[in-house]
Amino acid sequence: MRDLKLKRDWIHGWLLLLPALVFLFAFTHIPAVTTLINSFFSTPRGRRSAKFIGLDNYDRMINDPVFWKVLWNNLWFALGTIPASVALAIVMALWVNDKLAGRSFVRMAYFTPTVLPLIAVANIWLFFYTPGFGLFDQITGFLFGWPASNYLGNPETALNAIIVVTVWKEAGFFMIFYLAALQAIPVSLKEAAQIEGAGRWTIFWRITFPLLMPTTLFVCVNAVINSFRLVDHIFILTDGGPDNASALLLFYIYEVAFRFWETAYGATLTVALLALLSLLAIGQFFFFDRKVHYK
Amino acid sequence: MLKSTFLKAVAATALTFSTWASAQAVDLQFYFPVAVGGTAAETIQELTNEYVAQNPDVNIDAVYAGSYQDTVAKAITASRGGNPPQLSVILSVDMFTLIDEDLIVPFDDYLSGDEDKKWIEGFYPAFMENSQTGGKTYGIPFQRSTPVLYWNKEAFKEAGLDPDVAPETWDEMVDFGKKLTKKDASGNVTQWGVRIPSSGFPYWLFQGLAIQNGAILANADGNKTNFDDPKVVEALQYLVDLSTKDEVMAPGIIEWGATPKAFFEGQTAMMWTSTGNLTNVRNNAPFDFGVAMLPAKETRGAPTGGGNFYLFKGASDEQSKAAVEFVKWITAPEQAAKWTIATGYVAPRAETWDTETMKAYTADFAPALVARDQLEFAKAELSTFQNQRITGLFNDALASAITGQKDPATALKEAQEQADKILAEYR
Amino acid sequence: MTGSSDLFDRSLNTIAAWALALLWVLPLAYAVWTAFHPAAYEARFELFAPLTLENFAKAWDAAPFARYFLNTFILVTMILAGQFFLCTLAAFAFARFEFPGRNILFALVLLQLLVMPDILMVENYKTMRLLDLVDTIPAIALPYIASGFGIFLLRQTFMTIPKELDEAARIEGASVLGVLWKVYIPLAKPTYLAYGLVSVSHHWNNFLWPLIVTNSVETRPVTVGLSIFSAIDSGIEWSVINAATLMTSGPLLIAFLLFQRQFVQSFMRAGIK
Repeated sequence: MRDLKLKRDWIHGWLLLLPALVFLFAFTHIPAVTTLINSFFSTPRGRRSAKFIGLDNYDRMINDPVFWKVLWNNLWFALGTIPASVALAIVMALWVNDKLAGRSFVRMAYFTPTVLPLIAVANIWLFFYTPGFGLFDQITGFLFGWPASNYLGNPETALNAIIVVTVWKEAGFFMIFYLAALQAIPVSLKEAAQIEGAGRWTIFWRITFPLLMPTTLFVCVNAVINSFRLVDHIFILTDGGPDNASALLLFYIYEVAFRFWETAYGATLTVALLALLSLLAIGQFFFFDRKVHYK
Repeated sequence: MLKSTFLKAVAATALTFSTWASAQAVDLQFYFPVAVGGTAAETIQELTNEYVAQNPDVNIDAVYAGSYQDTVAKAITASRGGNPPQLSVILSVDMFTLIDEDLIVPFDDYLSGDEDKKWIEGFYPAFMENSQTGGKTYGIPFQRSTPVLYWNKEAFKEAGLDPDVAPETWDEMVDFGKKLTKKDASGNVTQWGVRIPSSGFPYWLFQGLAIQNGAILANADGNKTNFDDPKVVEALQYLVDLSTKDEVMAPGIIEWGATPKAFFEGQTAMMWTSTGNLTNVRNNAPFDFGVAMLPAKETRGAPTGGGNFYLFKGASDEQSKAAVEFVKWITAPEQAAKWTIATGYVAPRAETWDTETMKAYTADFAPALVARDQLEFAKAELSTFQNQRITGLFNDALASAITGQKDPATALKEAQEQADKILAEYR
Repeated sequence: MTGSSDLFDRSLNTIAAWALALLWVLPLAYAVWTAFHPAAYEARFELFAPLTLENFAKAWDAAPFARYFLNTFILVTMILAGQFFLCTLAAFAFARFEFPGRNILFALVLLQLLVMPDILMVENYKTMRLLDLVDTIPAIALPYIASGFGIFLLRQTFMTIPKELDEAARIEGASVLGVLWKVYIPLAKPTYLAYGLVSVSHHWNNFLWPLIVTNSVETRPVTVGLSIFSAIDSGIEWSVINAATLMTSGPLLIAFLLFQRQFVQSFMRAGIK
């Protein structure tokens, strides 16, 4: 009897999973494996078909200065976007959760970047950053008499300019998650602390922030993934320049595979990206595992 | 499929009585990019419709495929997927890539006799340089452009310069630029002398400087570059000096897309940009402006740019023949004149300029002639096998010199070494 | 409690919150400014600049935005429907059934959180070519419909639903799918709404994969349509781009304005926190 139920459970479980698994395997797992396989072959071109070339593509990658550059750029980009957008999201959520004059406008303002396509707002940011008559230069020139600054055309600042746009894009989205979490925290906890004379800072660090930890984990995972995925605006703002100063790994993969038509080398770079993401996932898991208390 | 053929046949009977011709019509798919604003896509569509109306035995499906970059990507991926277009407008510089991918066929197979030979000879030689290799013609020039110098006449007047005279030489451009560069009380520049945009594809305008200095960036076979030629280094040094030594141009990478706006806003008194901008500047500049050839060093010079027609492999004989006929028609004087006036692209055949339409247009708007006259000095745009990769390397080298990370000689030497490695297999 | 310092603190917070909000809304404000003024005022902000609707007309003429808009709408609906369907079934399996391989399969699902389809665009393009789906709306949608994120989220929600409800329904004779339909899905509504919002806003704005896989007006979503304005030789016309942006993002923006409270509440109830 019990056996029968168990067997039925098996079949039901598998049947329910089947459709999702077909798609997952077709568009994630199998492509990931074929990417790995292709990275050991040469790019087919015209009448020349792909040949097995062993580790040649990897050898090329290790000796490719552009690869190392975009890799460092990407790490710097992650470091620049993740903490900033998460911290801003928390602050925004705290404000919007409070009784604030004009709260719904403020909330709407924070959320607008989520709704506007990055590809379109990138053009607006391009204007903001334009030297001379761009908005930032008009403002800094008017207020402080600063000279024109070429934010996007200078290798020192190009990536940072991209980071700012990304933080702007992400913070409002993450805010929604924090807002939901904040509203789920019982008011009684806060009141009890206030009665004991705890200040706002103490309440935040001792009560609110620890209770937000699961959200932070969730948001951080998203932020990490985004830091390797969000490249739309680069196409408009800098096209990876100057001299690859603002190119990220996925952007470079696109360039290699769909502009240079070197699909095999593109596959090799993709393998590197996958390896990097797995490393980060493992690291993140261990780091947060000790701090987050799941129910 | 059956149903649509049937419907087409019915429609044709009703309209023209030529049921037979229509039922056996040749179907062509034709990809085209648009790289200038305004009515370019509309004009192509209109011309195509006009042709189809005149030739009921041909159906042309004109597909707007995005930017140049998108169009070549789509043509390549569609061909690899076994569904190539029969005809496409793609950058002239992608010729070697398309040959390398084994996707295109030369026009020669469908041209015979003296008349066709004459037709090919009727195109400006500067445009044909990017269209022929190994004695065969792979591309027919269509939406072609060339960079020119635009100047703000009011700013010239203010700086005490003759508003009707543009700089003739490199040195003059620097001299003029110094007079034109204005600073406010706190020493911040409010108007630069000149603007040569360097974002995205800096190689193109830079190539103008290289040609003026007597250098050719790549050989006609597309398998050897000359990036480290001392003349190229000298040209790059001149470009870098404009910002650093002479201080007549804004430092850093200069955005291409914002350049016309900077010109309208009075941020720069002169700009280098494509003739594709003529209509835009004419409509939006709030001041009197002039258009001139790029200044000379050893010689005048400019690259050509823009797109050619290509014939794709995999088409039937009838389709290719029909495609060639269409190309002949659309590049013929009247059609080309319409196209040039709508977009600012340079009409690719000399005879176009003799049409009444063009004469009326240029009488009203003389700057349109500058581009044509400059063609005499123009050279092929940088184009090699693995073109995107090679120009990518070269762009990176230019950007690193412009932003002061490397000196011109080092940057170009490194780019040449890398290019040599890539092109070795094509020699 | 010191009233005055509390008041000071509060107003300081309000000012800061507003300052940030103004900063955040700046790009939208600029879009509105340029879209309604002639191009000459793109970089000049004068109070009495003339107003115009010409930019909208120009944008409308420059590209078939109605069609792009429809494409995006179809795309987003298709993805959402597929995601709801596949993820519900899979999440239910993980939440309530014991079967061999469950943990490994769940790990494989979570792997997709990380290895997003965008990263595998080269291989996925080949797959679409194999399936003869290049330049179709399903080709844009397919890689996304089995979402690891969706499965994970729904599984978490389903697990919080008391088993007693499930058993009661079974005793009344409901089949497996009947239980799912009558008990689980209704109770997970907030999760669906929250997940729906995330999914719609993500795919409405997705660019890279649609750019690669679409070729024609009939399939191109709005984002790819918008990118055309940015890819022109003759300089950027902010007024027209921004008019196009407003036209195409307007509906989503208005939807959020109208439903923002519900969205936040659904996030809260969905337990995405």
